[in-house]
Amino acid sequence: MPLILATSFAELKDIFLMQGFAGFSLFAVFLLMALGLAIIFGQMKVINMAHGEFLTVGAYVTVFLSHMVTDHAPKMLPYYFPVAIVCAFVVAFILGYIVEIGLVKYLYNRPLDTLLATWGLSMILQQACRSIFGAREDTATLPDWMMGSWSPSEGLDIPINGMFLLALAIVMVVLVYFLMYRSRWGLKVRATMQNRAMAGAVGINTKSVDRITFALGCGLAGIAGAAFTTIGSVSPSAGSLYIVDTFIVVVFGGAASLLGTVLSAFTIAQSQSILEFFLTGVLAKIFVLVGVIIILMIRPQGLIASKVRK
Amino acid sequence: MHTLYNRALGGKSGTVGLALLCIVLFLVFPLSLDNFRLNMMSKYLSYAFVAVGLVLCWGNGGILSLGQGLFWGFGGYCMAAFLKLEAAHNIAAESGSDQIRALTTVGLPDFMDWNQITSLPYIWYPFKSFPLTIILVFLVPTLLAYIIGTAMFKRRVGGVYFALITQALCWIMEISFVTRQGWTGGINGITDLRTCLGWDIRTKSAQITLYFLTSIFLIACILVGRFILSIKLGRILVAMRDGEDRVRFSGYSVSKLKTFIFCVAAAMSAMGGALFVLNVGFMSPKLVTIEPSIYMVIFCAVGGRNSLIGAVYGAILVSYGKTYFSEMFPNLWYFLMGGVFILVTRFFPDGLAGAVDRFGPMLGKKIFSMIGRAQQNFPAVVPVTIEANEGH
Amino acid sequence: MSAAAELEIKDLTVSFDGFKAVDNFTFSVEHEELRVVIGPNGAGKTTLLDLICGKTRPTGGSIRFKGRELSKMQENSIVRQGVGRKFQTPSIYPKLTVFENLEISFPRGRGIWGSLFFKQTDDVRERINEVARDTYLSDHLHTSAEHLSHGQKQWLEIGMVLIADPKLMLLDEPVAGMSVRERQQTADLLKRICKGRSVVVIEHDMNFVKEIAHKVTVMHQGKMLVEGSMDEVQANEKVREVYLGH
Repeated sequence: MPLILATSFAELKDIFLMQGFAGFSLFAVFLLMALGLAIIFGQMKVINMAHGEFLTVGAYVTVFLSHMVTDHAPKMLPYYFPVAIVCAFVVAFILGYIVEIGLVKYLYNRPLDTLLATWGLSMILQQACRSIFGAREDTATLPDWMMGSWSPSEGLDIPINGMFLLALAIVMVVLVYFLMYRSRWGLKVRATMQNRAMAGAVGINTKSVDRITFALGCGLAGIAGAAFTTIGSVSPSAGSLYIVDTFIVVVFGGAASLLGTVLSAFTIAQSQSILEFFLTGVLAKIFVLVGVIIILMIRPQGLIASKVRK
Repeated sequence: MHTLYNRALGGKSGTVGLALLCIVLFLVFPLSLDNFRLNMMSKYLSYAFVAVGLVLCWGNGGILSLGQGLFWGFGGYCMAAFLKLEAAHNIAAESGSDQIRALTTVGLPDFMDWNQITSLPYIWYPFKSFPLTIILVFLVPTLLAYIIGTAMFKRRVGGVYFALITQALCWIMEISFVTRQGWTGGINGITDLRTCLGWDIRTKSAQITLYFLTSIFLIACILVGRFILSIKLGRILVAMRDGEDRVRFSGYSVSKLKTFIFCVAAAMSAMGGALFVLNVGFMSPKLVTIEPSIYMVIFCAVGGRNSLIGAVYGAILVSYGKTYFSEMFPNLWYFLMGGVFILVTRFFPDGLAGAVDRFGPMLGKKIFSMIGRAQQNFPAVVPVTIEANEGH
Repeated sequence: MSAAAELEIKDLTVSFDGFKAVDNFTFSVEHEELRVVIGPNGAGKTTLLDLICGKTRPTGGSIRFKGRELSKMQENSIVRQGVGRKFQTPSIYPKLTVFENLEISFPRGRGIWGSLFFKQTDDVRERINEVARDTYLSDHLHTSAEHLSHGQKQWLEIGMVLIADPKLMLLDEPVAGMSVRERQQTADLLKRICKGRSVVVIEHDMNFVKEIAHKVTVMHQGKMLVEGSMDEVQANEKVREVYLGH
């Protein structure tokens, strides 16, 4: 009897570990998506419903590059992925820059209106993807080194693409942290977002700060898109599937807090993937969402938020 | 009587707007549209109920809900459940063939049969009674709105956060309805609805009657909305939208007032959902998820978030545009619709109603002066023109 | 301090992430007294008013008004105890007229049923006109509040608090942004309204303070520095130090 218990306990531990690592991939995607949104929504208070489409754009850039490489330079296949990440970032960044100039800059004081306008934008971007790339799902050819899995012990399989995603997410978080909280430019951004008039008065070019901040958030979504191709296939509506989750991650973390975003992405991804083992995927998602909503009611300011004098 | 005129009808300009809407709904559409299009119009009007509710809670109260599809859907599902039970009874009873009788269980909806459910789930029992169904159509969504509202507003969850949470709730409802196939009909929803209390809702005459019924209820909702906006509650709503703290420190319980108006909007949406089912004959989870809920907000934004009547036109125009564009330009209509939303929020934050308020008087004066000039040749008619000008 | 004090605050403390904005603060205000709280920026004056009216929850200590503990009550219950608050930046309803602003602040029909069946009776209109006269806004009753001058907006907010006939009025910088003439009018207004109620005012303008104050409390770093008449306070060495930095 104790023996049976012991084996099943060991199995349970393995299950937890495996589901835990599966959760890490989900965590990485959530985190990459949420990073951009934490800047755009958390700092700029723009409700960008088209954020998912920037992911789609980044993913298509990667897929396109992978086709180019397999068709024309198959030898380069092991190395193209880092280039694809940079390209995804650049394309999404430029697109975001244009969107800021053409649309978002007129709506800074009307947060709920940004929601409607960017919903319109997301329809346009989705249809554009459909017209250019077709409605069919498409996949990127992954370099060999990203396939397969790593088994540190028997019964444990950790997929390499998952680890790669996690590493990428961590690198991006560190980069964003230094950019936003340790650099001169980040100081300008935070000053502008907290008091646009005052920042302008002390000589900050707030318009340029707005443009670049928004574009940066979009660029990060582009990177998330590139990362997304390692775990799934791309379709024009791929990004929109994640938009609700991403907003929940950012809101749950406490809109303006980077640490909060990381913690909340981790909590949501892990509880979802561990619950998934016991329930169906959909039920797990419902449970997690309901839990998040209840916690948000108890702490409306999110996980990490400082008490302030208002 | 005079106060009623001022309140429910909104004084002179309000009365004119309402009269125009009545003319459009009760004369223009029935006379100019064929049966198919009129039925489609009933469908659009059932969305307008949500938009009217949103004018109250969003335009005036500042509470943006992205989950109105939730309430519309619950209203619709309640009605659909009743009709489905009636249909299930009749199919088995009417059918002369033993084969069909052997395949179906009397009084059990077909999708339950397909899902190996052998007896009616308890939550379906109340829908055997028509009066109980009508009560539930209103009670379930309003109670839900009350729970959501109390929970959120007590904790001061508002603005963007409220919008996002209601959106998540809407999504939760959709997937729960899809996964509980045996109870809800799953992804297909509840289809093949035929009669309501023995009255075949699929016939041409029934559809026309239902169109008028929908229009009458819609006008009633607008009148209720007008009344709410004209009394003190209406001014408190605007006050809460513009300065929640001040209202709180004038001694009002902001959370209760917000919950109240949110419940009113939910009840109106539920009414629309129930009428939708009667008009169209089915209900599906695809109609109540995130996307339709955003569309409902967009109806309201395009029509004018502060205008009850504008919201109706917004619902009609956007829905019609959606149908028309997607038929005519299947590849372009997303571009067109997306473009319209961007342009409206960018240039016409007050929607159609705002544009009419801004350009309407100018246009009106131009028309009147043109008439005036034309009539200068006929001095006998001049007094009429003067009256018209003063009237403006 | 007599036992008959209307407002009694004891050991009041609030800390924001370790920073004590109000620190062990104790004071009391008597019936019909007009108290002015002064102090350099960041002394915790506004936070003190926030604590009294329930906008901020204290970390410790007690706030008793007419013998009732306020610190656990909801904001709207505190208002119903007779505490009225005017904010630092005028917070009025810009899209409503002056009349409607005052009507909403009228202490009747505050529940849902009340707001559904509220009737604008003669006594309501009379009271609105009376308050408008007191706050020099009679000529602007049907102006949309967003079109008022800054000073008039301040008056309107005072009027909105006044119409509820509070027993304790908390006014945060009522003359900020006013002309000299408007300041004088406001001083007259404040002297009139402290009949039958207690008033706590936060103000920076020393001439204005001298004109209206019965007693002055000086706050510094969340603590009470000195309390006394204006002359005593002005003569106090510690106050000079705080204000002038030696």
